[in-house]
Amino acid sequence: MVVHRMFQRLLSKVRPVSLRVCSSEYLRFTWKMNTSATEPLTSAQELSVEIGGLPITLRATDANFLALIESRYSNYLRAPVETSFAFDVEVRPDHLLPPDDDGENELRVWLEGGQWRFERGDFRACMDPAARTGRILQSVSPYAIDSVLRIVHTLIQASQGGFLLHGASAIRNGRAFLFSGVSGAGKTTISRLAPPDAILLTDEISYVRRQGDRYLACGTPFAGELARPGENAMAPIEHLYFLSKGLDNRTDPIAPADALRMLLRNILFFAEDAELVKMVFRSATEFLGRVPFSRLTFYPDQRVWDLIQ
Amino acid sequence: MPETYIARSPSIAARLLGGEMMVMSAVDSTFFTLNEVATVIWQSADGQTPLSQIVVHKVCQEFEVAPDDARADAEHFVHELSQHGILLVSDQPIPATTPGTAEHK
Repeated sequence: MVVHRMFQRLLSKVRPVSLRVCSSEYLRFTWKMNTSATEPLTSAQELSVEIGGLPITLRATDANFLALIESRYSNYLRAPVETSFAFDVEVRPDHLLPPDDDGENELRVWLEGGQWRFERGDFRACMDPAARTGRILQSVSPYAIDSVLRIVHTLIQASQGGFLLHGASAIRNGRAFLFSGVSGAGKTTISRLAPPDAILLTDEISYVRRQGDRYLACGTPFAGELARPGENAMAPIEHLYFLSKGLDNRTDPIAPADALRMLLRNILFFAEDAELVKMVFRSATEFLGRVPFSRLTFYPDQRVWDLIQ
Repeated sequence: MPETYIARSPSIAARLLGGEMMVMSAVDSTFFTLNEVATVIWQSADGQTPLSQIVVHKVCQEFEVAPDDARADAEHFVHELSQHGILLVSDQPIPATTPGTAEHK
């Protein structure tokens, strides 16, 4: 019997890179949010951000926040629709507080009374999955709303067989390819090397959505070192590659158990909730049962893309 | 000597993938890959069949192993999984209504 204690590492590893980058600038709110309030904000303006075909409407009165959304998610904006998830966003002045004793600002995501709640130093939010509504309390920080959106999509996709993956993805010849790997594995490198005919969906956080027996890769605005949002496009997933840098370009088979372990390590997963753990496990195993996978060792030049078509 | 009964915990997710049984604890997120012998025991853990019978009628029938050796290994395996909450263990049959018959596709 082989025992792998890896999923706990995953819980700390999968925090989005941008959250860590700005850790020294974290803002901590000290007020309480009325998470039970259901009345929409008055005089609020609505913007709907659609990622992975799932629109999320943000209602806010703060002009700076609305401008931030329009600028950061410009390729992902759409007209608000009634069927989307809707969040009232309350923006408060920034309060800069020192980091926690351990230098980290712990992200917590938990289920309470049928509502998801998530909080970190720079935001607090709640989401009622049944009512498809929620509230967000945050600064104007782009990192805060980026994180909230990633968490919301992660929670929603978990129940639908999809997931967000630490990985790059691109469409070529109408088919999508995923390149999964931890930091330093080459996600941004392989994205930079993509030929002109490739549509880059992301160099950092891939969006995997289940549609019947197939899986779609969708573009995301969540950029890594490339600092460029992905194209707002989607295509059926042809192959999942686990990245590894080397002296030549080749693909090698991977045992399913190893693939599952690596996939779980790279799936974004925030909540310590038993039912959600089961859902993520199921999603990962079903994905590997339907989508071909292999290890892609590559030397950082454009020839690697000869293998990907 | 009292019998040992085993049942799969409800707090796990499991799936047969590429011929290997993969089990994850939803409690502590521990991930296990079971070999063929362990998979036979796992799949037989219905809460009603004593471990001794699983060893004799399943493990020893399918694999070339002495009953005493198989029994010792099985007890060690069961103990280890029970420590992680993967298997429920009792000296009485474990009712099917007990949340212990988790999926094991």
